[in-house]
Amino acid sequence: MAIYLDHAATTPMTPEVLAAYTSALSVVGNPSSIHSQGQAARRMLEDARHTIAAALGADAVELTFTSGGTEAINLAIKGLYWARAPRRRILSTRAEHHATIDALEWLERHEGAVVEWIPVDGFGRIDLVALEAALDGDVALVTTLQANNEVGTLQPVERIVELAAAHGVPVHVDAVSAFGSVPVDFAGSGAAALSVSAHKIGGPVGVGALVIARGATVTPLLHGGNQQRARSGTLDAAGAHAFAVATAALPGPDLRALRDRLIAGVVAAVPDAVLRGDPVDRLPGNAHFTFPGCDGDSLLFLLDSAGFSVSTGSACQAGVPEASHVLLAMGVDERGARGALRFTLGHESSEAEVDALLAALPGAVERARAAGLA
Amino acid sequence: MKVLAAMSGGVDSAVAAARAVDAGHDVVGVHLALSRQPGTLRTGARGCCTIEDSMDARRVAGMLGIPFYVWDFSERFAADVVDDFVAEYSAGRTPNPCMRCNERIKFAALLDKALALGFDAVATGHYASIVTDADGNRELHRAAAWAKDQSYVLGVLTAEQLEHAMFPLGATPSKAEVRAEAAARGFDLAQKPDSHDICFIPDGDTRGWLAGRVGAEPGPIVDRSGAVLGTHEGAAAFTVGQRKGLSIGYPAEDGKPRFVLEVRPKTNEVVVGPREALAVAEIAGSRYTWAGIPPQSSSFDCEVQIRAHADPVPAVAAVTEHELVITPVDPLDGVAPGQTAVVYVGTRVLGQCTIDRTVSAVPVPA
Repeated sequence: MAIYLDHAATTPMTPEVLAAYTSALSVVGNPSSIHSQGQAARRMLEDARHTIAAALGADAVELTFTSGGTEAINLAIKGLYWARAPRRRILSTRAEHHATIDALEWLERHEGAVVEWIPVDGFGRIDLVALEAALDGDVALVTTLQANNEVGTLQPVERIVELAAAHGVPVHVDAVSAFGSVPVDFAGSGAAALSVSAHKIGGPVGVGALVIARGATVTPLLHGGNQQRARSGTLDAAGAHAFAVATAALPGPDLRALRDRLIAGVVAAVPDAVLRGDPVDRLPGNAHFTFPGCDGDSLLFLLDSAGFSVSTGSACQAGVPEASHVLLAMGVDERGARGALRFTLGHESSEAEVDALLAALPGAVERARAAGLA
Repeated sequence: MKVLAAMSGGVDSAVAAARAVDAGHDVVGVHLALSRQPGTLRTGARGCCTIEDSMDARRVAGMLGIPFYVWDFSERFAADVVDDFVAEYSAGRTPNPCMRCNERIKFAALLDKALALGFDAVATGHYASIVTDADGNRELHRAAAWAKDQSYVLGVLTAEQLEHAMFPLGATPSKAEVRAEAAARGFDLAQKPDSHDICFIPDGDTRGWLAGRVGAEPGPIVDRSGAVLGTHEGAAAFTVGQRKGLSIGYPAEDGKPRFVLEVRPKTNEVVVGPREALAVAEIAGSRYTWAGIPPQSSSFDCEVQIRAHADPVPAVAAVTEHELVITPVDPLDGVAPGQTAVVYVGTRVLGQCTIDRTVSAVPVPA
């Protein structure tokens, strides 16, 4: 029986969402069609837009559905950059998700952007002093995670927006891993744009959204039928509906006590394990460690063989592992970063599952340590 | 047994993994990530380490219903194989990187990791056979498919490594049969071209690849008496036996072509001479290993093979205090320091040495 402790990668749909999704998939009609069936599909989609927007603290008109988090992030970053021409400077950190880093590096290579990487501290939190010093009216945008997807550290989003607002600079917030786990308040934050993804909260893969403030402009990535404010492409009514049903079920169970049990248990079982990310200001379901002298590949293999689905937390390019850029940005050396393992809890997680992991972990660590670092 | 199948994404390792599964072993597939910046798509028949290759391996593992992982050995590979390759060339030697990969990566770094993680053996798609003698000792032998035999590049394996090696293709009479089996199993990669050349030099231009990595200082081209015949642009670019690219500008006295006989990195000299002088009467190396039980006598008849695709030739091998000394019955061409001399008795691989020095069959003229 597999024990799933990788909810940050994707979390299963609840039976309720699955039922809503499958029944919505049988609704006939393109939401952009004028006939009654099209209107019915449209109604379902707009209901979903309202539900999700409300949960994010945004107006429905501000929410553009996308094919997922990566598209939302690309639309926000490239769209804001182009709309803010001729400004070329972009401020961000090396601890962002690859969707952000790669989009920024692409803008550097092809669109003349000048990306300035603001340092992060040992927990992965942005250096606000350095950010403030780098900000001025020439900055096209600032883009930041709300919560780090690997190590779970929460970013001071309100402060970041406040500092940027002093120079009239728009901020994009990547809330893909934050939404569903910690409060997200778009209007309250003052951000210009905010990205979310359905499958991180129990919705389907292939559905996401970008919230774009009324006062912000983004240049579209996809051109075509102009079905939405900043995106062309046939509207996915069923996906939006399932996303809304998953959103309506929020908040899920409070995972903090279970996470703290996991963290305490890991530290007790493997005393030299190092908790990464902020111990307090972190995602409620995230426990991220490095295990000195171990290769994350070995640990992952051993735990997988024992029935535990966990992650090394780092990016995989078609399955080719690389040291976590987040840990490197936090100042962890390459060898230390190799021993990373991320456990993420979800609505299904139980004490029994956590305890089973804690029972299996010391043996796996001992064995991985014997296997050493390749 | 718990078997780790090393899966490159090629047809051989795919069929080897499938056979290990059929044999009832508990098999896990692993693709070794050997390059930090793998290409996305395979180009031509070269290379084995693109993302497409890892996806091919993953697809086969999925069809076999076995777990599959990609393990990163890129640092080890860079240090133990690629850097070694450059260092050997810089030292005027001719290395075999596939051999180093078997010696230091597949049957060392990977095997050690596999054993530590609870596996009993590593299976690969090499064409070679393991035979167990009456006392239970393992011997390495040539594959049934003589044309594809890879026992040469496995000659570096020690008895201990052989204990945990598995070559499921050893008894198969031909590669065609392996391809047919892959097709019958429904593997898309059944018709994938054979990989050849050196995997980390995707365009096959070894000289061009080396040029940027090996320091090149102009130096003299000399004959065996030491007379300077011309200059070269860097000794490391020359290989023993090479004829082209000397650009001496005038012919030898006897009008015959000149060949590279020796590369001397310390003095940056390239020594050239007539073809006959390439013949080697003695080969010796201090770094030698036995692929199984060491020979019982200090001197014995054998056959020696000095390249992956060379024919074995009769020889006498002798173990001295510091060296394995191999004397071919007839003088042997195309031998260069850095190459590996693998010693066979019949189909059995006895052992090998990395060649440190050779003795020419033609004495230096006075």
